[in-house]
Amino acid sequence: MEGSFLELTKLTALMAAEKIRKREISVIELTNAYLARIDELNGAIGAYITVCAEQALRQAESVQKKLDGRENILPLAGIPAGIKDNICTRDVKTTCASKMLDNFFPPYDAAVIEKLSESNVVILGKLNMDEFAMGSSNENSWYMPVKNPWDHERVPGGSSGGAAAAVASHMSCFALGSDTGGSIRQPASFCGVVGLKPTYGAVSRFGLIAFASSLDQIGPITRDVADCALVMNVIAGHDPLDSTSVDIEYPDYTTFLKNDVKGLKIGLPKEYFGSGLHEEVKAKILDAAKAYESYGAIIEEISLPFTEYAIPAYYIISSAEASSNLARYDGIKYGYRAKEYSDIIDLYKKTRSEGFGTEVKRRIMLGTYALSSGYYDAYYKKALKVRRLIFEDFQKAYQKVDVILGPTSPVTAFKIGEKTANPLEMYLSDVYTVSVNIAGLCAISLPCGFDSKGLPVGMQLIGKPFDEGTLIRAAYTYESNTGKSGVTNCGI
Amino acid sequence: MEYEVVIGLEIHAELATKSKIYCGCTTEFGGEPNTHCCPICTGMPGVLPVLNKTVVEYAVRAGLATNCTISSFSKQDRKNYFYPDLPKAYQTSQYDLPLCKNGYLEIEVDGEVKKIGITRIHIEEDAGKLIHDESGRVSYVDYNRCGVPLIEIVTEPDMRSSSEVKAFFEKLKSILEYTSVSDCKMQEGSLRADVNLSVRPKGQKELGTRTEIKNLNSVRAIVRAVDGEARRQISVLERNGVIVQETRRWDDEKGESYSMRDKEEAHDYRYFPEPDLTPIVVDEAWLDKIRSSIPELPDDRRKRFMAEYGIPAYDAALITGSKPLADFFEAAAKVSRNAKSISNWIMGDVMKKLNDTGLEPSDMPIKPESLSKLVSLIDENVISGKIAKQVFDIMWDTRKDPADIVEKKGLKVVTDTDAIRSVIIQVISANPKSVEDYKSGKTKAMGFLVGQIMHETKGKADPQAVNRLLKEELDKL
Ligand SMILES: [Zn+2]
Repeated sequence: MEGSFLELTKLTALMAAEKIRKREISVIELTNAYLARIDELNGAIGAYITVCAEQALRQAESVQKKLDGRENILPLAGIPAGIKDNICTRDVKTTCASKMLDNFFPPYDAAVIEKLSESNVVILGKLNMDEFAMGSSNENSWYMPVKNPWDHERVPGGSSGGAAAAVASHMSCFALGSDTGGSIRQPASFCGVVGLKPTYGAVSRFGLIAFASSLDQIGPITRDVADCALVMNVIAGHDPLDSTSVDIEYPDYTTFLKNDVKGLKIGLPKEYFGSGLHEEVKAKILDAAKAYESYGAIIEEISLPFTEYAIPAYYIISSAEASSNLARYDGIKYGYRAKEYSDIIDLYKKTRSEGFGTEVKRRIMLGTYALSSGYYDAYYKKALKVRRLIFEDFQKAYQKVDVILGPTSPVTAFKIGEKTANPLEMYLSDVYTVSVNIAGLCAISLPCGFDSKGLPVGMQLIGKPFDEGTLIRAAYTYESNTGKSGVTNCGI
Repeated sequence: MEYEVVIGLEIHAELATKSKIYCGCTTEFGGEPNTHCCPICTGMPGVLPVLNKTVVEYAVRAGLATNCTISSFSKQDRKNYFYPDLPKAYQTSQYDLPLCKNGYLEIEVDGEVKKIGITRIHIEEDAGKLIHDESGRVSYVDYNRCGVPLIEIVTEPDMRSSSEVKAFFEKLKSILEYTSVSDCKMQEGSLRADVNLSVRPKGQKELGTRTEIKNLNSVRAIVRAVDGEARRQISVLERNGVIVQETRRWDDEKGESYSMRDKEEAHDYRYFPEPDLTPIVVDEAWLDKIRSSIPELPDDRRKRFMAEYGIPAYDAALITGSKPLADFFEAAAKVSRNAKSISNWIMGDVMKKLNDTGLEPSDMPIKPESLSKLVSLIDENVISGKIAKQVFDIMWDTRKDPADIVEKKGLKVVTDTDAIRSVIIQVISANPKSVEDYKSGKTKAMGFLVGQIMHETKGKADPQAVNRLLKEELDKL
C-alpha cells in the first residue's frame, strides 16, 4: 500500500489528472496518498501549518461524484494542492504564520481559491511561510521553520518555503505561493521545483493577505512547466474585485508548451553575473545559456544599469506599504489581543509587540520611518523614482531581447541559522528577484542542475508584462531537452 | 485696537450614494450596529477596495457647481493613524492630487457681493463610531458608517465674519442639495464643518496664529463658534497673551471652546499613494456627462422665481436657499394663482413649523398642492385668514386635504347675512355699554363689538359682512 501511495504522489498534476480521467485512480485514492505522505513527512519538514484532512477527503468524495459518468472533466479536477497560509480560505485557519492571526478563520475564500474549487482542485491544507511573507528562508514562521527536503539542515528559501518544500517532497501535487520580491522563485530554486511569478495584475489579489500591495502576486509552484501552465490557466484572469487586476484576454498557457526557441532572443544582464554570485551557480546558468543557444535561441549580453538600486528601493517600498497594510492588526477586531492593558494605546502597543515577530516589526519600523514627514522625499519618493528607472531599464532591454535569463538566487540553499543574525545579508539574497516585482514583470524559476553539495540550482527567466507564454515556452524547451525538472525526486 | 477675523472652513459632506465608497454595503443612516458592513468596510485581512464610480460623479458635480477645475488625473492616498473606529488603521483619502480644485462661491452679505475661494474638494471614506458604555470601562465599535463616502471641501481663508461664514455655508449647503450630492442632514452628521480661525490687528498683512474648531454640526453652532473663538482670541491678545496653534472643541451648550489634548496634534499621517486603487481618470466625455446632469443651481433659480412667479427678491433668495423648500414652493405656485401668498406661507407658518418641530424641509408632512388649495380657499373667501391658520395646523398634523378639513370641521366663512345679523343683535343687547360708547363717538367700541361677534361665530363670519351689518344695526338704534 505504502509503495503504491508513493507512486501516486510522484505523479505530476498533468499525469495524475490523466489517470483520474481514465478512471485508473480515484480522487479519493490520490488525496489519501497525499494525506499519508503529509503524515509521514510533515513532522520533519514542517511544510504545513494546517492540514485539512477531513475537509480534503470530503472534497475528494464530492469531486469524484461530480466526475463519475462525466466526459468533460476539467484539467486539474481531483488534483490535491497546498495553499500558502496568506491566502484566505473560508472557515479554514489562515495565519500568515503569525501569532497575530493564529485564531483567524476568514469568512471568505480568496479569488484564487474560488477558482481552484470551481476547477475541482482538492485543498490539502495551508502551507508554512515566513511571517506575513517577510523573509527569504522561512525561518520567520511563528510556528516552526521549514526544512529543505534536499537537506534538512538547510532552509527551503522563503517566504513560500512551505509551498516549495511541499511540492518538492511530494506532500502536495502543486501549491499556490505568493511573490513580493522573489518569494515564489527563490524557494522554488532552493527546492528544485518550478515557480512562476505572474505579471502584476494577472492574478487576482483578492483574499491574499497583503504584505506590499503594489508588489504582491499569487503564483504557482509546480513539479514541472506543464503543471505551471495548467495552474496558470485556472488562476490568471481579470477580477473586478481587485482594482489592480488587468482586464485583458488571457491565453491558454498550455498552447505555449512547445519545444521550440528557434530565433528567441535571450538577454543575459551583465549586472546579474557580477560579484556576489556563487561560482557554481554562475556556471550552471551559463551552461543553460549555452544549451539555449544549441536549441536555436540567440544569446545577447544586455545591461540593466539600475539593478544595484533595486534592493534598497524594494525594501523601502515594500516596508512602507507593509507598515500601513499591517496596521489593521491592532487587537480590536480579530486576531491576537494582549491579555492585559491599561488603555487603548497600551492595548495597541502590547498586542503588536507580542503578536508580531522580530522581522515583521523590523519592516514595520523601517516602513514607518520611510513614510514619516521629513523623510518621505528622501526615502519613499526616491524609491518610487528608482522604481520608474528600473522599469525603464527593462523596457529598453526588451527592445533588444524577448526574454532575460539569469540566476534566481546568488547561492543555493543555505544552512538554517546561517543568515538570521545579519538581516542585510539576508535581504541581499533577493538581488535578482526583486527587480521583477518592482517593474511588475513576470518571471519563472526552474531547476537547472545541482551544485557540488547536491543542492538544486534555479535559473530565472524574466518576461515582458503579460508574456508568461514566452516564459513557459522557453522553460518547457529547456526542461524537455534536459529532463531537469521537479519530477526528479529529492530523494526522500 | 480693532481686529480683523480671518476664517476658512473645512466642510465634510456625506455623499448621497446608495452604496459605500469601496464596497456594496448600504449607506443608509442608522440600523442596528454592525449590520451595514462587510469584510471590506471592516478591514478584514486580504480584502480589497473597488472605487464606487458614483462617488466620483457626485464629487465632480459638487466641483462643477462650485466653479472648480476638475482634475483629469487624480489619485487616492492612505492617511495612517490608529483609532478603533478606523478598522484598516488608515483612511483612504486624497492628498496631493484632489479631484477638484481652485473653485469659488459668491455670497451676498448686507448687499455686498463677495467671492469666497474654494481650495479643493477631495473624496474620502468616513470612519465608524465608538459607543462608550455608561460604566466608562467598555467601549463598543459600530462600523455601519465605515466607508460611507465623503467629500471634504476646503475654502481659502476668505471670510471675515460669522455672517459671511453663515452665508457661505448656507449657499454651499443649498448647492449640495440642488445637485443631489448630499442630503445635508446636519443632525445625522451628514454635513459637518471645521472652522479655521485667526485674528489680526486691522491693517496687518500677516495672518495671526490659527486654531481649528472641529466637528460643528449645525449652522447655529458654526456661527456661535466663530463669534466665540474670535472673542476668545481677541481677549487673549488684548491681555498680551499668545494664541496657541491647536485643535479646539466647541461646547455649544456652554458657549465656549476648549483645547483638545496635544496628542491629537502630534499626528504624522504618513500619507502615501493607495496601492490597492488605480488613479482616477476623468476624461472629457465623462466630464460632459456629469456636467449635463447638473440641475439648475440656486442663483439661477432665484432669478427665475422672481421673473416667473413675480415674488420679491427677498422671498426668492430665502426660498431658493433650500432645494426642498424651493421645490415645494414651485410645486405649489405652479397650481396656484397667488404665488406671493404661497411664498408668504412658506416664509411664515411653514418655516416656523419646521423650526419648532426640528424637521428638515425634505421631511415636510404637507403636500405643495394642499398649501396651494389652502391659499385658494382664502382667496375665494371660503375661509378667513384666521381660520386658515387653524386649517394649516390640522393639515400639518394629519396630512389631510384642506378642503376636507374645512368641510368636516364646518369652518367655512358664514356669509349668510341673516345668521350674522342674529349674532349681531345678540351681541348688541349683551353689551349696552359699548353701544353707548359707540353712540357717543368712541369708534374703538366698534372694534370691540366686532371682536365679540367673531368670537361668537368662532371666527367663521365673513369680516366684511360683519362690519357692514353691525354698522347698519347700530345706526338703527
Ligand atoms: Zn461593506
